[in-house]
Amino acid sequence: MENIDIIIIGGGPSGLAAAKAAISEGANSIVVVERDNSLGGILQQCIHPGFGLSYFKKELTGPEYYGKFTEQLKGEPIKFLLNSMVLNISDDNKVSIVSSEHGFLELKAKSIVLAMGCRERTRSNIRIPGSRPSGIYTAGTAQRLVNRQNLMVGKNVVILGSGDIGMIMARRMTLEGANVVAVVELMDYLAGLNRNKVQCLDDFNIPLYLSHTVTKVIGKDRVEGVYVAKVDKNKVPIKGTEKLYTCDTLLLSVGLIPEIELINNINLEVSKITKGPVVNQYMQTSKNNVFACGNVVHVNDLVDNVSIESEIAGKNAAKYALGKLEDPAKELKVTTGENVRYVCPQKINLDNNNNEEDIKLFFRVLLPMSNVTLRVSVENKIIFEKKALHVGPGEMEFVTIKEKDLKDVTSPIIIEVI
Amino acid sequence: MKNKSKKIVIIGAGVVGCAIARELSKYKGLDIVVLDKREDVGGDASKSNSAIIHTGYDAVPNTLESQLVVASNPMFPKLVKQLDVEFKLIGAILPAINDEQYEQLGKIKEKAFKNRVYDVEYVTKEEIIKMEPNINKDVKGGLIIPREGIIDPFTFTVALAESSASNGVVYKLNTEVLGINVENNKIKSLETNNGNIEADYIINSSGVYCDEIADMVGKSNYTVNARRGEFFILDKNTECKVNSIILPIPTKITKGKLMTPTIHGNMLIGPTAEDLDDKEDKSTTLEGLNSVIEDVKKLVPNVNPNDTIKQYAGNRAAKTPAVLEIDMYDDLEGFVNLSGVRSTGLTASLAISKYVLDLMVSNGLEVKFKENFTNERVAIKLIREANNEEKTELIKKDPRYGNIICRCETVSEAEIVQAINSKIPATSVDAIKRRLKAGFGRCQGGFCSPKIIEILARELNKEAKEINKNVKNSNMLMGKAK
Repeated sequence: MENIDIIIIGGGPSGLAAAKAAISEGANSIVVVERDNSLGGILQQCIHPGFGLSYFKKELTGPEYYGKFTEQLKGEPIKFLLNSMVLNISDDNKVSIVSSEHGFLELKAKSIVLAMGCRERTRSNIRIPGSRPSGIYTAGTAQRLVNRQNLMVGKNVVILGSGDIGMIMARRMTLEGANVVAVVELMDYLAGLNRNKVQCLDDFNIPLYLSHTVTKVIGKDRVEGVYVAKVDKNKVPIKGTEKLYTCDTLLLSVGLIPEIELINNINLEVSKITKGPVVNQYMQTSKNNVFACGNVVHVNDLVDNVSIESEIAGKNAAKYALGKLEDPAKELKVTTGENVRYVCPQKINLDNNNNEEDIKLFFRVLLPMSNVTLRVSVENKIIFEKKALHVGPGEMEFVTIKEKDLKDVTSPIIIEVI
Repeated sequence: MKNKSKKIVIIGAGVVGCAIARELSKYKGLDIVVLDKREDVGGDASKSNSAIIHTGYDAVPNTLESQLVVASNPMFPKLVKQLDVEFKLIGAILPAINDEQYEQLGKIKEKAFKNRVYDVEYVTKEEIIKMEPNINKDVKGGLIIPREGIIDPFTFTVALAESSASNGVVYKLNTEVLGINVENNKIKSLETNNGNIEADYIINSSGVYCDEIADMVGKSNYTVNARRGEFFILDKNTECKVNSIILPIPTKITKGKLMTPTIHGNMLIGPTAEDLDDKEDKSTTLEGLNSVIEDVKKLVPNVNPNDTIKQYAGNRAAKTPAVLEIDMYDDLEGFVNLSGVRSTGLTASLAISKYVLDLMVSNGLEVKFKENFTNERVAIKLIREANNEEKTELIKKDPRYGNIICRCETVSEAEIVQAINSKIPATSVDAIKRRLKAGFGRCQGGFCSPKIIEILARELNKEAKEINKNVKNSNMLMGKAK
């Protein structure tokens, strides 16, 4: 394996879309490193429908969604290293990999695409006190056990967190014969998509308690119950409102964190808010030859968005490898204004060509709001504006700006929701 | 009768029980059995502590505890090499954050001297800040205790157990002692949930349960309750770290909370100290955890509890009266009674084992050194510690080394299979975690536990639903999905 144009780390939806776009851009040799025994990443366990509505204009299951990508990649100059784990990326761009089949490998490529996805926040991350019995799972781990290994994690279930995986698991557990006692959410609004509340909770009469949290786990060997309390404005449990819910299982859907530990040795700039690498509109990190996409950059709500963003990464990683990505003449920051938690990309690079390209800015709001204006402005000039009926932290928003509007600009671009 | 081998039963496979087993396994003519009610060795206090090897500088002078802790410390560097266990003498610092604390340093140093810990020295504010840039800048000065060390208490206990097992000791786990039969003022046998076991000697090293065992033979003139200690483990990537063990200056009320690196590069903060009625209660509490943060911030203001990957609680054996005792009795031949082994037991375990042997010998046990005793124990080769050439070699020898199961801590299938098939077999998800750190990292087993359940089931010829987190009834799963 020599003269590799691009190494893509991760064969999930993000890595696959990056590979597809890189091939279209003319990359001659790509290696995709995947630790699982098959491609598709987390979509392999997402056997429910709801994927592809915006990207393929068709409702698909997780396996159907990534299947469309793997189908298209057949016969292309891509080497897939399955069951292969990247252990390190060195400062001089060597990617160290181990696998049973290939042993220890060190590969070098002209560009690298980070597509490692994310991991789930754990019980310990949110510090739920109490005993430490078996029967506490993150929702994604439970989903893997149930959907891929055909194993039942429990019979009476409380779910903390109204994230999408949590709600989807509420439905899955019910369909598998379990009793979902309650879904409990700390915030006073839903964390995931509203359509999942309707399809996964309401349709199955599963109660959702907003502004509540789990205050204590009980049970010596296996979970025997959890205490749930109402929380005040500051998310502090209100004394006297604790109620015991008897259950044998606690599932947690309390957030996702980009899995970026591999970049420890290459010193990329990392966003304190997204916890992923800072990128420009080419999904290029602070190191020119390293690109990143998907949930390793910021946690997306829909895989459709991941695909779009990953194609940008793949395309530009190919351009870089082929020497076609110019160094920028200037760099503009994209900053968050009113009610915007973060925006991605965080930077826009402009070269001296007169590009007519559209730049998509993905962002999440801080709080749910209705009848708002999404506005992008720079140097007191509005360059984009659109109305929205409703925005919420659980759903990603985007706006599209034009590169030509930024021609003579030097100050940061501001995105706000008012 | 002289040539008949002596049957010795050790109750409790914690670090102390395993150390005693290893010490006794050096001698001929002893049939040694270690019992534990849990599914693994080191499953109780030996796994949930601050993982520090003490010097004994702050023990109560002229006590058995002081004698044993001080004597144990110098035994570690050599023994850990023989047992292939990681250990680092990183030293401890006692920073005085205010004038009142500064005043106390002299007394602490004096006490250390009385305990024959002669190498405790004063350090200046500047020296402390240089050694520990993250320390509270109000620090006035402090003491340094150079021979305080850190160890992995799980693998240390497993190593002692494996070494003793290689030298003939039998471990019976999942075995709870229900009664002890005495005949003519002499130990006769034990009743357990797994049948009767004959014994010439019983060594009670059952930690927090030592009073209950002693009660079975009427030798409990003390009570023991659990003193809970709550801890946080922080991610290796946390920015605010310390290089040595940062110990608080004790107050009249509490010994206080410390911050230390672990042998694996995480940060550990804690513990609380709270007396409980229920010995089994190892719950963490909001109040306890908050008090850890609050107190440790006084020493290291920028410590970031949001970087926590785990909180846990362990129960120390708090004896009343609070004194470590190791006794044999004229009116009860064959009973060796340990009580009051506290958190210093991790350190003291080595000297305790020698003390127990000496006590038994002076009470008539005849021992002869085994010519074929093996000191060395070989640890499982870890892929995360191998360099590139070694990785190639390991995978060539056993391709399962290339199959990484735990991504946070880089643990391969080969290591897990070895742990399951080792001298002291790992039979639960937690047992794997303790031996190899699989599931100990930032995702807390989210990615690896489904695979570990599969490997355990395969290697132990069980169904997945039979695989436990730790003890029986802690099953991870509830059968098959529809």
